[in-house]
Amino acid sequence: MIAIIDYGMGNIHSVQKALESMGAKTIVTNKPDEIKASDKAVLPGVGAFDDAMQELKTQNLISALNEHIKSKKIFLGICLGMQLLFEESEETRESMVRLRSPLTLSAVEVSKGLGILKGVVKRFENKDNLKVPHMGWNQLKVKNSACPLLKDLADNSYVYFCHSYYPQPKDGRLIAATTDYGIDFTSVLWQDNIYGVQFHPEKSQETGLKILRNFVSL
Amino acid sequence: MLTRRIIPCLDIKENRVVKGVKFVGLRDAGDPVEVARVYDRQQADELVFLDITASFENRKTLINLVEEIAKNIFMPFTVGGGIKDLSDIRGLLNAGADKVSINTAAVKFPDLIKDASLKFGSQCIVVAIDAKRRYPVNNRQTGKQANRQTGEWQVYINGGRTPTDLDALDWAMKAAELGAGEILLTSMDYDGTKDGYDLALTKAIVERINIPVIASGGAGKLEHFYDVLTGAGASASLAASIFHYQEYSVRQVKEYLKEKGVLVRL
Repeated sequence: MIAIIDYGMGNIHSVQKALESMGAKTIVTNKPDEIKASDKAVLPGVGAFDDAMQELKTQNLISALNEHIKSKKIFLGICLGMQLLFEESEETRESMVRLRSPLTLSAVEVSKGLGILKGVVKRFENKDNLKVPHMGWNQLKVKNSACPLLKDLADNSYVYFCHSYYPQPKDGRLIAATTDYGIDFTSVLWQDNIYGVQFHPEKSQETGLKILRNFVSL
Repeated sequence: MLTRRIIPCLDIKENRVVKGVKFVGLRDAGDPVEVARVYDRQQADELVFLDITASFENRKTLINLVEEIAKNIFMPFTVGGGIKDLSDIRGLLNAGADKVSINTAAVKFPDLIKDASLKFGSQCIVVAIDAKRRYPVNNRQTGKQANRQTGEWQVYINGGRTPTDLDALDWAMKAAELGAGEILLTSMDYDGTKDGYDLALTKAIVERINIPVIASGGAGKLEHFYDVLTGAGASASLAASIFHYQEYSVRQVKEYLKEKGVLVRL
């Protein structure tokens, strides 16, 4: 059973529909017991980083998540759901407001994440005419072809991105694939039982479904 | 590298896809879920669904239709029409939309853009702008020669029925500043004419903001896509008639662009 964690942060049903289309058994839940009873967990999520952390806290999901990961059960974070694994993010309500008035950019505060992975979540810089959010189809450059999530995936496959922030893991060995958008950022990460993708596999047509199929057969 | 996007737009009225010329004279163009499936197979990069009567008739976009679409296609899609507040947005996102497009309500209550982008993230808040030239354009030639000064394009709301005092360039900058993740820019002068996009309008806005711009209104030939993506610098181009009536498939457009050296996903 795959638990899709519903903590009130957006579009979880597409993830469920995609997993079910390949015959996986899923449960959409915000109950720690049901997460405990599942052998895999998916943390999706769109929205603001600190709102998401607040929801996880309020709904008592943090210890359930920690426990799931500590017991070596398979975990997949998608987009914001992956960013939350890190120690902190530049995305805060204050910084979002400040970013729109460049004169006050110097002091950017941070939001605390789950801290399961070492590293931070950063914002793309608006330089060289780079449009932010990074929105649309971009390529995966495979850095670690041993990553089971990327099995049978052609290098430079296109997947769908929709984000302004990206993860920067401290340990380079976590990086399974990168994507070029002004900089090469981590778009797939893998550490033991923990998997994270910055794009939306559930929205990435055939390539995305292949990645999810790899996840289901882990 | 990030590719340019080709986005079919499905204007929805009473659960059917419709298409008009310059926002009037609507013709039936099929069942939304069926049409969406076709575009999914053609490898469209995204879909946009606009409930074109919602704002005017004061009713909510049909959540059921959104759920039905989400069940059937595994590609990103945006839904717009009649969105008034945060709970409308939440409802659509929960039903399976990836992004929402706000038009009339954003003009009336600009803080909605700010609140929505803080709550749901900028990446899912699209601000749609319907812009019309204050002085009519008869052909593309005049369009190219038009001066690009502020004040040339006026913003309309309520599905193009109501003019506002807003200048399209100022409004696009304001929307970006308030936290919009993307601008869906429709030229009312060119919409449905197949005469090409309003390149001057698109370029003027692309140059002024640092969020992606989706150009809309006027696609009729393959070179129109090329012009708006390269010359005017749009991140994506949206079209309806040309795809609905099978003049070109999405794939044909992309193959043409690729041949011309534009980065697309094929």
